[in-house]
Amino acid sequence: MTESTDTTLITDDLAVTYTGNRTVDAVEGVSLEFSANRLTAIIGPSGCGKSTLLKSLNRLHEIQPNVEITGDVRLNGESIYDTDEPTPEVRRRIGYVPQKPTPLPLSIYENVAYGLRIHGDYGSTEELDERVESYLRKVNLWDEVKDRLDAPGAELSTGQIQRLCLARSLAVEPDVLLCDEVTSALDPISAETVEETLADLKDEYTIVMVTHSMDQARRLADDVVFLYLGDVVEANDAESFFTNPQTERTKAFVGGSDTAASGATGGNERDDHAAAAGTDDADGARTDPVRAER
Amino acid sequence: MALDRYARQRLFGWLARGAAALVVAVMLGVVAVTIYRGGRVFLTDPAIAVTPPGSRYMLEGDGGFLHAVLGSIFIVGPATVVSMVLAVSTAIYLQSDYSSERFADAVNMFLNVLWGTPPIVYGVFVLTVIIAVGAQTSLFFGIVAIAIFQYPIMTRYTDEALRSAPETVKEATYGLGATRFETALMTVRAALPGVVAGIVMGFARGIGDAATVLFTAGRSTNMPGGPFEPATTLPVLIFDQAMSFNAEVRSHAYAAAFVLIVAVLALIFASKLLAGRYARFAPGGRHS
Repeated sequence: MTESTDTTLITDDLAVTYTGNRTVDAVEGVSLEFSANRLTAIIGPSGCGKSTLLKSLNRLHEIQPNVEITGDVRLNGESIYDTDEPTPEVRRRIGYVPQKPTPLPLSIYENVAYGLRIHGDYGSTEELDERVESYLRKVNLWDEVKDRLDAPGAELSTGQIQRLCLARSLAVEPDVLLCDEVTSALDPISAETVEETLADLKDEYTIVMVTHSMDQARRLADDVVFLYLGDVVEANDAESFFTNPQTERTKAFVGGSDTAASGATGGNERDDHAAAAGTDDADGARTDPVRAER
Repeated sequence: MALDRYARQRLFGWLARGAAALVVAVMLGVVAVTIYRGGRVFLTDPAIAVTPPGSRYMLEGDGGFLHAVLGSIFIVGPATVVSMVLAVSTAIYLQSDYSSERFADAVNMFLNVLWGTPPIVYGVFVLTVIIAVGAQTSLFFGIVAIAIFQYPIMTRYTDEALRSAPETVKEATYGLGATRFETALMTVRAALPGVVAGIVMGFARGIGDAATVLFTAGRSTNMPGGPFEPATTLPVLIFDQAMSFNAEVRSHAYAAAFVLIVAVLALIFASKLLAGRYARFAPGGRHS
């Protein structure tokens, strides 16, 4: 990653294990830095732990049963796991936008106002009105919905709903915004408007975005993390990542499609990984690709 | 000789249509007969539903059956409210945010057993309690028995509705820094049409049930006097009327059945309207 004066979000040997019927190490000992006011794209093939990593950054995986986590995540130096702070306060500072555009079962206005209401974060009705408007403007949605703020959020188009979700997340004033493949469910035109919105937002917010689209990472990202089977293969600023990849696997992934990448890595490593999944895998001494490169 | 695939398809098509037609015909028949026979009695003298019974009502049919109409309202109304609060709370507790899946499955199986338990068993149970505490049958114990009867029905419906609410609503709400309770309320909202349907179903079953109140409310032939005085409800009244020696009282049974079925149908219709309004807000919307 690039030198940054105020890194906001750090993971320290973060590992996430699903302990259901079958033990799966979804994320294995990841140490990363997400720099302030930059957009970091986490890329990698499907099922490589991208979403799991993202959700562990604001403890959202805790709403699922059978998840174990080791290591730590720190926001501005303070652990979000080893803390007395209630988890909702953590999630307030590190917001999350789901992959599937999901309106809350409320009006357009109330979707945005919801976060402000639950946190009691507004003085008067006028202030609430103003702030709802400002967040809708930030995501370039205000002009499209200003005449029907009382209509159900569910009646918007999917692209509009996704921007509504962004506005809703911004309304709680998070420091960090986690975006989980927020354009994957959208048609190309809606995806473009959401991308434009993200590009506007990254000046003000620290954004961590999961995507499986290499092109999207290229268009939007300042930094890129390449995750493969729960491990960080490479993490770098976007320009270096794409022009001068450091590992063979990155070269294959950047150069080709997702399938080419998994094909290039061969069957052996998959087997190794599967074998390791069954054993005690919490060795903190794992060589960390990020650190190794620095 | 075996039928060919298209003949089998046609055969099944006719069977399916026949089954559907039979069910619809029986249902329409029940409603039509009740409305026709009951409606005739009721509409010639609608006052019987709002007139208190005379002192010899069961024998001579003097007065009306307001006591049972009020009894039904005073027993099933509070029972539904109590049961609804308990059922929605339980259903929330059974979601993955609060309970493990195994625990929820076990409780749900238990609730299914309760659902399948004949209501007369609840009646006998509450009667045992009444005897044990040395009380007398009354409106209050009618409420208790109906609430116990409604609870598993409402809980199962609500639980299913909450489970079918999109997981992403939960994720999105938690992602905004909502507490578990705030998220639960949002999930209930997202599942509201299903939750309302479950509560209405519980209400309809409760207002239509005779066995639970038979030994618990007191089968009174007078106006309800207070929570610890005996009372009766429409289903019990209909039974008593239909067994009467007096032809007029027997005809009142149809009028009472008419009142009951109209009330239930009106409630179901109203709840559908309400749920339809909310369906617009549900994720995915009505239009998609």
